[in-house]
Amino acid sequence: MEIFFQQVVSGLATGGIYGSVALALVMIYQATDVVNYAQGEMAMFSTYLAWTLLNAGVPYWWAFFGTLVISFVGGVLIERVVIRPVENKPILTIVIVCIGLLVILNSVAGWIYSYIQKPFPSPFPPRPIMLGTVVFGAHDLGAIGVTLVVLAFLYAFFRFTTLGLAMRAAAQNPVSSRLCGIRVGWMLAIGWGLAAMVGAVAGMMVAPIVFLDPNMMAGILIYAFASATLGGFTSPGGAVVGGLIVGVIENLVGTYVHFIGTELKLTVALAMILIVLVFKPSGLFGRAAVHRV
Amino acid sequence: MVLLEARGLEAQYGWTKVLHGIDFAVEEGGITTILGANGAGKTTTLRAVCGMVRTAGEIRFAGQRINGRATEDLVRLGIGHAPEGRGTFVNLTVEENLRLGAYARGGGRSVAQDLERVYGYFPMLAQRKKQPGGTLSGGEQQMLAVARALMLRPRLLLLDEPSLGLALVVREIFRIVRTINRDERVSVLLVEQNASVALGLAQHAYLMETGRVVMSGPAAELRQNDAIRRAYLGY
Repeated sequence: MEIFFQQVVSGLATGGIYGSVALALVMIYQATDVVNYAQGEMAMFSTYLAWTLLNAGVPYWWAFFGTLVISFVGGVLIERVVIRPVENKPILTIVIVCIGLLVILNSVAGWIYSYIQKPFPSPFPPRPIMLGTVVFGAHDLGAIGVTLVVLAFLYAFFRFTTLGLAMRAAAQNPVSSRLCGIRVGWMLAIGWGLAAMVGAVAGMMVAPIVFLDPNMMAGILIYAFASATLGGFTSPGGAVVGGLIVGVIENLVGTYVHFIGTELKLTVALAMILIVLVFKPSGLFGRAAVHRV
Repeated sequence: MVLLEARGLEAQYGWTKVLHGIDFAVEEGGITTILGANGAGKTTTLRAVCGMVRTAGEIRFAGQRINGRATEDLVRLGIGHAPEGRGTFVNLTVEENLRLGAYARGGGRSVAQDLERVYGYFPMLAQRKKQPGGTLSGGEQQMLAVARALMLRPRLLLLDEPSLGLALVVREIFRIVRTINRDERVSVLLVEQNASVALGLAQHAYLMETGRVVMSGPAAELRQNDAIRRAYLGY
């Protein structure tokens, strides 16, 4: 039973990370109808920036928030410079631009930092925490906490601020938004900035677990796709819940289904994508897309 | 004083020209209507004023030339538009829809005052303020569109066929437009197919056919005109 609880908690920790990346994907998807395949590499690059700051002797939380600011600006710039010119082009064009971005970020990171894995520090104490008779990793609990704070922040931003409201409006009905005086293009750019920020948090929380290297987000992006698909690509809350479910299932299956172990874990994510797409394409919390033809 | 004036206004979608050089003016504090059948170019005229379609010719608002300006900037000059199709944010609540109407003015305490004011005109919206906009009926969404435009505290209100809806709702909307025009001195440009209602409300009227203004004058005169009576009023 103790192993079960430990696996659930560490599943929630990684699940929160999948959920954050899934949330970043959903935020951009809702605003622009594009799945940003470069989301994982953007997060990886942000994590390298954090590593650079830490290496320069900046205290952890200063480096953390500094990275968030830089990532936000970077996300906005990517939208303005790379995505804007193809905004009204067919979806396939934008997808290819995103994949190009993925490759570029990956190569540039490899070129600057090399492909050798680097350890990345956790801000949480190394010794485990006892709750009752069960032992939990402090980083697992900390990562869950950080994820929850980020989600609460985003929820409050979109729910209670005028800018958040304007961003939701711009994603939903651009024409009507312009008639309200909303600068839709900028709302999309800010959306990319926020998504980059959320991704940066996910990167910094996952790097202590998987080590830092340019390909560190490749697998996580697939889990994030599974999370977003499971929760529904039209539901930000669903993406997060989807992430937690995927994280827990992944861990439990890895622990209790012996032929799967750690090697076949990624297959579980792909199988989940497939099952959801076949049986409930809109996901658990999503709305089916309706297009007028 | 003339608030909005168009001279030789042309507009096109892609290669198709829809407005062939029209002239019209809206007096400050007045109600002006543009009448015409489906496809006459009425909606395009409003879209041209708001910079939502490519134009040639000249449009002046409060003395300054506004052609080619972005829609978002024109809103900030005080042009409120209740568009064709009502433009409801279907997944946002009624109150959020209204708050967006005040977006260009910036936030602050005045938004709360304006919500009160608009709910005073449309008590039905106050009852449904927590409901998603998409759950309102067509007529209610029409009211929401007018209310959202009013949240801007516009100098000029553009109304696109508010009469598409149930007779009861239509009468209500027109009564409120008259009140707003009288009490708040908001100028109105009303585009309508329903000539009898529109001529009852407006002081000045234009008649459009296939992208051209074919007749214009005081509303009272147009109402007496035999051709208009036969074609648009049906008696």
